[in-house]
Amino acid sequence: MDERPERPAPPQRVRVVLAGERRARPDPARREIEEQTLVGEVLVRGLIRTQLVLAVRVSALVAVLFGIQPLVFALAPHLAETEVAGLRLPWLLLGVLAYPLIFTVALGYVRAAERNEKDFADLVDRE
Amino acid sequence: MSGSPYAVPAIVLITVATLAIGAFGYRISRTTSDFLVASRTVSPRWNASAISGEYLSAASFLGVAGLVMTYGADVLWYPVGFTAGYLAMLLYVAAPLRRSGAYTLPDFTEARLRSKGLRGLATGFVVLIGWLYLVPQLQGAGLTLSTVTGAPAWLGAVVVGVVVTTNVAVGGMRSITFVQAFQYWVKLTAIAIPAMVLLVVWQARDDGAGRLTADSPPSFGQATSVRVRTEAEVVVDRPVTVTVDGTETRWAPGPHLVRAGSRLDFPAGTEVPRVRDGPRTEGATWARPLSGLTGDHPLFATYSLILATFLGTMGLPHVLVRFYTNPDGRAARTTTLVVLGMLGVFYLFPTVYGALGRVYAPQLLLTGTTDAVVLVLPGAALGGLPGQLLAGLVAAGAFAAFLSTSSGLLVSVSGVLSTDVLGRWSGEHGSVRDFRRSATVAGVVPLLLALQVGGLGLSTVVGLAFAVAASTFCPLLVLGIWWRRLTPVGAGAGLLAGGSLSVGAVLLTVLGPERGGWPGSLLAQPAAWTVPTAFAVMVLVSLATPRRIPPDVGRTMLELHAPDSLRLR
Repeated sequence: MDERPERPAPPQRVRVVLAGERRARPDPARREIEEQTLVGEVLVRGLIRTQLVLAVRVSALVAVLFGIQPLVFALAPHLAETEVAGLRLPWLLLGVLAYPLIFTVALGYVRAAERNEKDFADLVDRE
Repeated sequence: MSGSPYAVPAIVLITVATLAIGAFGYRISRTTSDFLVASRTVSPRWNASAISGEYLSAASFLGVAGLVMTYGADVLWYPVGFTAGYLAMLLYVAAPLRRSGAYTLPDFTEARLRSKGLRGLATGFVVLIGWLYLVPQLQGAGLTLSTVTGAPAWLGAVVVGVVVTTNVAVGGMRSITFVQAFQYWVKLTAIAIPAMVLLVVWQARDDGAGRLTADSPPSFGQATSVRVRTEAEVVVDRPVTVTVDGTETRWAPGPHLVRAGSRLDFPAGTEVPRVRDGPRTEGATWARPLSGLTGDHPLFATYSLILATFLGTMGLPHVLVRFYTNPDGRAARTTTLVVLGMLGVFYLFPTVYGALGRVYAPQLLLTGTTDAVVLVLPGAALGGLPGQLLAGLVAAGAFAAFLSTSSGLLVSVSGVLSTDVLGRWSGEHGSVRDFRRSATVAGVVPLLLALQVGGLGLSTVVGLAFAVAASTFCPLLVLGIWWRRLTPVGAGAGLLAGGSLSVGAVLLTVLGPERGGWPGSLLAQPAAWTVPTAFAVMVLVSLATPRRIPPDVGRTMLELHAPDSLRLR
């Protein structure tokens, strides 16, 4: 947990609604976030954490898929001369397949990130 | 020589089109916001084309093919890294950076960390990295023009330098956006069509992949004449008959001294000599990864290169500045995705030139100018009218590459100079006049450097720029966007640590003597140790100065991460 700087906790906000009064009011969750209360901050941290975890997972996937290649070719040199579809494996992997792979991963990420944002927006607007 | 009569007209056409499109932008560029970020009205489709056009520099268009031709499988990590770096940016930087509302990197630094001193430091590094990246562009232009026309090397540099400075000063970001979008498509066409033609021709002639992966060095497919510019010692493994300056000589296996300016005529089928102390040239070695062509510690160098390129992209100023031109965070993400697709399509092609260059233009291995293979190959492989037409096409593409990347670099460097240096006196973001003055300075300095400093490989210098970017702005951005506890002191310490180490390594590699063994490998590819160091310093110093955490960090994080649809501020 972060250390909070020394200052008294902000007074709890209490919503007072006169009976019978109907007027458009901003959602409580949105107010909490905008006014930087503890609850608001927890909500935002939750979103940040979700997005960060997604980014890290995708990075790990890419790191593994690409990062093992030098090691594999170092440890098993005969693989470097194996031919697939007329091309040697290192050339096929790095020269051709790498690009559609990166694009596909990116596409998956964008969809997931937008879904996260949509979920958060729904959460905020629903409460 | 690949003197195609179509090359110069093609280059002129591209240059004129660039100026014309740029002039169109002038008519619609009025405010500072127009100049710096095209007033944030660029749609994802335009932006993606422009970003791709700007990103594909001389290193991508010429340098990758040149590297592949000399070093083989290991350097495929350069284009893969250039693309994966964009993915890293998508994951960690794209949307939040756009939401920060900043115009430039130093802008973001101040908005996030509230420190003027840090802002100044960031400005310094933006200018440094920008210039480091600009110089090879200008030199590439010089190489292109001298290869296709025999003009002196400085002419191409001057032409590109002047055109770009003019365009940027006149219309800023707004005008160059159109230019760069146009040039992506020019570049893609220019590299793809000849490559596909060459592949078909190669298959038809059945020169075979066998020649590429043979245990022997490449040989001249036809009688070839080579003019050697600087004195060199070359080595042959088999006896060779060669005509040196008109006198037929027989070379025994071993080293032979060739004088500057001499002309060597090789009959068809002769083995191509290699430069003594240069990389080995046997096909089998070339085709194999981790074969030691790039240095003594190929595994380390490969991983270090991966780190530099994967992490360095997000720290390149001309790349980042494009994010600010998107309407919102979501558009920034979508744009980046499209860019990834466009880059991926482009990078399929340079490898073809590098490989076929060993079959049809192996003399470049002898003269050491493999960066020219894209320009030389169509003429060398096809000959006649088709060869000349295609040679003209690639020359135009190469020029498009320099023009667009240099424009982007110049806008970003001018942007920080005008807002952070000149702008202090004339208001928030500097005036249009400040921008134009900055553009002139920002353009002239690298031009002078390009003319003075000797030629290193294009991709080598660009790779070094990546290492510096990866060691400075990558940690700053990643930690700034995702970690609340970053402090200005920590950020400054990290920038200085990463920056000085990487720049130091770069200088020692470039200026110092050839080093072998671990010192050489560590300095030539420093990212593996400079990047973790920068991160560590930033984190540790920030943890040690918790009272310097900006008080409004909660609000800032909200601004960076809240979905645009909620419009939370």
